[in-house]
Order: sequence, then structure tokens, then C-alpha cells
Amino acid sequence: MSGKIKIVLAGNPNTGKTSLFNTLTGLNQKVGNYPGITVEKKQGEFKVTDSLKATLIDLPGAYSLHPSTLDEEVAVNILKEKEGPFFPDLVIVVTDVENLKRNLFLYTQIKDLGLPTILAINMLDKAKKKGIDINKEELEKKLKTKIALISSADRTGINELKNLIVNYKELSTEPCYTETKNIVDERATTEKLKQQRDAIKRHLFINELLANNYTRKSDKQKKEVRSLLDKIFIHNVWGYFIFFGLMLLIFQALFSWSALPMDLIDEFFAGLSEKTRAALPPGNFTELLANGVIPGVGGVVIFVPQIAFLFLFISFLEESGYMSRAVFLMDKVMRPFGLSGKSVVPLVSGTACAVPAILATRNIEGWKERLITILVTPLTTCSARLPVYIMIISIVIPEKKLLGGYLNTQGLSLGILYLLGFASAIFLAYIFHKTLKERGKTFFIAEMPDYKVPLPKNILINVFEKTKVFVLQAGKIIVAISIVLWALASFGPGDDFNNAEQIVKQENPQLTEVEIEAKVEAKKLESSYIGKLGQFIEPAIKPLGYDWKIGIALITSFAAREVFIGSLATIYSVGTDEELTIKEKMKSEINPDTGKPIYNLATGISLLLFYAFALQCMSTVAVVKRETNGWKWPLIQMFIMTGAAYIVSLIAYQILK
Amino acid sequence: MTLAELKKGEKAIIIKNDEIDLPLKIVEMGCMEGAMVEVIQKNFLSDPIYIKANDSFLIIRKDLASRIYVEKE
Repeated sequence: MSGKIKIVLAGNPNTGKTSLFNTLTGLNQKVGNYPGITVEKKQGEFKVTDSLKATLIDLPGAYSLHPSTLDEEVAVNILKEKEGPFFPDLVIVVTDVENLKRNLFLYTQIKDLGLPTILAINMLDKAKKKGIDINKEELEKKLKTKIALISSADRTGINELKNLIVNYKELSTEPCYTETKNIVDERATTEKLKQQRDAIKRHLFINELLANNYTRKSDKQKKEVRSLLDKIFIHNVWGYFIFFGLMLLIFQALFSWSALPMDLIDEFFAGLSEKTRAALPPGNFTELLANGVIPGVGGVVIFVPQIAFLFLFISFLEESGYMSRAVFLMDKVMRPFGLSGKSVVPLVSGTACAVPAILATRNIEGWKERLITILVTPLTTCSARLPVYIMIISIVIPEKKLLGGYLNTQGLSLGILYLLGFASAIFLAYIFHKTLKERGKTFFIAEMPDYKVPLPKNILINVFEKTKVFVLQAGKIIVAISIVLWALASFGPGDDFNNAEQIVKQENPQLTEVEIEAKVEAKKLESSYIGKLGQFIEPAIKPLGYDWKIGIALITSFAAREVFIGSLATIYSVGTDEELTIKEKMKSEINPDTGKPIYNLATGISLLLFYAFALQCMSTVAVVKRETNGWKWPLIQMFIMTGAAYIVSLIAYQILK
Repeated sequence: MTLAELKKGEKAIIIKNDEIDLPLKIVEMGCMEGAMVEVIQKNFLSDPIYIKANDSFLIIRKDLASRIYVEKE
């Protein structure tokens, strides 16, 4: 056999499907999106033999071929669309040896499709320990397939699986469950009842099959571990303490662990900028690199430690089985706000980045609960807001120790902003809950997986892939915006820009050379394209306490918040030549109307609130548009969030000024 | 009685589903006629309910559980 075949991995969630995918493909994989929808597509390549290559697609986890979530819909479409680009030559259904009873349900449905199908029974390592004994030959006969007994954790059985793949054309394509299909069932009167009766009979078929061919010695030990951990983690009181404690611990670790790498990255890019300027001949291109591109890229890379740590924690919570316990704990708490227990994962992930968080809503069954979760998730404090917050707080909030040094005013301000993010998300959810009508019947069912010690390899690959996607997507936008911004700041319309030097000299004949140079730069920025744009919107943002320079940063950060700092860096370093840090430059900016610093408490708070509420993220808008199938919801969301940002900032500034 | 009325730790057999309203998914995941069901934990206000049905561990909400009829062993 030679050439290339398409294989899909199908199976319930928590069966080690992704683990097998990682074992087969290693790092030779890419995470993308299925065209038209944003359910993650994991695709990889591997060699079955020296001459036979395979493209492997990891389907989203599914419990049934009658889809009730977006994840399942994707899986079903791929398996059923004969003309589709991902239609497989071979299906491998992955099952967990301990949950074979439930996992085989999907297998019998997939077997009905008439595709060559291999049954992989995973986690053999555990089976031996637990005294599970399987009659493989008999199961193969009854299920009309070949079975690979594997353990993706330690690569057991991978070669046997490959041998089965090579001979995939010899596999039976007949359904395995037919016995009772043709017997008329007097209770199956409607289509829906027919499906229910069919489901019950499938279960009975599997139960009977396993009763005769699957034995396990007492599983007392496993039960004890599970019920002991459950007693702690979902205790009606302690469970909540543990949940909130864990969240606090994660945030704390996130900041303290990523502080050092973030500083190093910051210094690295500052140094790189300087070296570039020193090494290249002065001119437009050098300035573009040193002032535009390098700080722009640095502005993305600086998030990597935080995002990587957050993905690390989240995948740890998911892999270990804890996340399902959090779903159980929070479901009742979230429901009055129109959210589901399953909204916990997106809301927590939203503190890293709203884009993967919104993707994590796709296993929420109810349309309304899912939509509300999507709409409010961008209010949680994502890591892109963080540099803006830190910068502004360090300028306008004086550092003072509180409670004997355990807290300081700046840290407390940041904490309040995080709480504000969650609180406003919950508040907005409540408003949507009261105004939106439910579409169809809603229901909620979730699996409680076993507790597991997560495999480091799976977690690391997950963190690596997700961080990579974030850096590449955000990176592209930020580099593009830096270049455009730099160009708009370096050129201007009319005579004011081109003759800035003469105009300044004529107006201020008494100044020294250095002072004139600074004034010329400022004049140039003011009369550049971006300066004009900033002045154009100044009347609208003046009541919020912003000048046209902040206006420029606001305009540019409508595509991505993190651009704010980079924009100010570009604006202020274009404006003067002194060797000051951006922060010092911002502190020394004076409002010509009042003679006071621009970045005072009132403006600072107003800016913080603006960034807390406004939807300034192109990637979020794009992902919401795709997940909700249209422009309606992203536009409503942008209008509400940005409108709220304007109003709240306006009120705050007018009170504080 | 319904599944929602079972106390923590109690076991029962599912005798009837309120079939018309019940999502297919519930049956497909193991809450089916004839299956053994055990309540493992109830959250405060008895909602949601953590059960074991046909050897699967599941969480369902109270409203759904009150439409699944059971008979204690």
C-alpha cells in the first residue's frame, strides 16, 4: 500500500483521543479553523509505513451522531459529507477502556455509516492495574471490526494500530448493530420516539455484549479515590472555597511568574530597537523598524509568558477533570444571570484572551446561554488590557502601602479592575437574560470525567499550539497597524508638515537649536495625517479628558487594545528626541488649556474605564461574527460595550476633574 | 417518583421517561428506561444533580431530573 490516506479520529470527550493524536503526529500538526466555522480543527501528518502517509484529523469530541452542540455538528458533518474535503478513507474510534459502555454508543452509530472503522481501546496501562479483562476476538466479531489495544501515554500498541491502518481496505463496512432494527416497535410512533427507542436498543446491545466479554475485578479503589476527591471538590461549602481559592492562586501565580520573563522581553526589544537604530543608516526605513515594527512585535511577544501560563493552568484544570467539577458547582449560581455552569470555562479563559474563550462556548447546549456567554466574555479582563492598565495606573495612582504592606494602592487598583471586568460581564448577562427570548427548548447535560493526572506532553503541546496561534494572529495585526501608524505619523498633507522647520523658526526666533528641533518634531506630528485625524475626533473625546494624542492611540487601538502603548510610544518618540522612557514622557505632558499634566487622576481613571468596557479587538469581532453566523450580534456587542465605555468614562471624568 | 426526588446516595431503576419533551441526548448518554441510576451528589438547592446512570457519570439539572420517573429497588 502506498500513497496518502485521510484518517479521522472520532470519539467521546475524555477518551484520550487528543493524546493519541499527539502520539501519532508529534509536533507535526497544525491547529486551524474549519472553513466557515471556528471550531478548532486539528490536523497532522504521520507515516504509517515508509510508503504510506496519512493525514490525521482530530474531530471535536462527540457523544452521538445526533448533534446537540456545535462540536458534535462539526464531527457529524465531516463523517457524513461524502464530497467534503475532510471525508475520511478510514475512521478510528477512540474509546477509554474504563468507559467502554458509554464510548461504544458512538461507535455503533459511526459503524452504520459504512466507512472502514477501527476501534481503538485506549488506556490499557490502567486496565491491567484495575484487572480489566477483554475478550478481544469476540468483541471484534460482534462489532465487525479490528480492535487495537493501545495506550497512547506510553506508546503501547501503536505499531499494531499502524498495521491495522495499512490493511484498512480489508475492514468490514457493515453495521454492527442490526439485530432489532427491522422489528417494528409499537412505541416508536414519531421520529423522535423512534430515535429514542433506537438509542435504548443500542445501549442494550452494548450492555449485553460487554456483560459477556468484559470483566473487571473489584474497582473499589478507583471508586474510593473518585468519591473522596468529589467529597472535597464539590462539597457544598468547601467546594466553593476551593474554587475561588484556586482562581486567586492562578491569578497570583500568573502575575508573579510572568513578571520576570516580561521584563526580560521588554528589555530585549528596547535594546533591539536601539541597536537597529545604531547599526543602520538614519532614514525612514530605519525609523520604521526601530519605532514601528520592533516595538510592535515586542508588544505582542510580551504577552507570551502570561498567555502561556494561563493556557497551562486552564489545560491542567481541564485535563485533570476539575473543570467539570467547577461546572457542577457554578451552574446554579450562574443561571439567574442567563449563564450556564459551562460558562465558567469561557469566563475564566477570557482573562487570557477572549478569542479562545469564545471558542470554548461551543459545548453549551442552550442557544441563549451560549449567546449570552459569547456576548459578555469580552468584558473579562484579557491580557491585552493589562499593559494599558499597568502603564496608566503607574502614572496616575500614587504608590502607597496598605494593610501593613500586604497590599499597595497600585496592586489594589488592578485587582479592582479585574473584579470590575467580571462584575460587568455578569451584569450585562443579566440584562440580556431579561431581554432575550429563548430559542427552542434548552437543556443541560454534562459528563463528570474521572480525575486524572494530566500528561505533561499533552499540556505542553496544547499550550504551545494555542500560544503560537495567538502570537501569529495578534502579531500580524499589530505589525500591520504599527507600519500604517508610523507612515501616517511620518507624512502629512499641505505646507504645515513640509515646512514645519521654517514655520517654527519664524515663530520662535529666540530659541536655541535643541528647543527648535523639539518644537519642529511636535509641529510635524501635529500636522501629519495621524495628527489631523486625532484633532478631528478631539471634540468627541475632550469631555472624557483626552487630547488628540490620546485620540490617536484610541483610534489605533480599536483594532487591538495592546496597540495603545505602542502607539503612544510612536507618538511621543516621534514628537521629541530626548532619551526618556515613554512613561516619563507621558507624565511630563502638559495640557495647554489648563496648564496641568494631561495624565492626571481624572483622565487616568477615565482611560482605565474606557479600556475596561470598550470592545477594541478585531479578532473578537471576527470570532463572534463567525460563531453567531452574522454581523448582528458582534455589532450589538460593539455598540453596547463601546457605548458603555464612553458614558462611564464621561461620568468618571466629569466627577473627578 | 422522579429522579429529582431521590436523595443523595439512593439507587433506583428508571421506569419511564417523559418521552416527548426529553432531549434525545439524555437517553443517548445513558438515562434510559431500565437503567440503574444512583444520585451521587446534589448541589445546594438540589440543583444540579450528579448521577451515575448506566455506569456513566453525568450532571443534569433538576428540571430535567423531575421528568425522569424512577422506582427504588
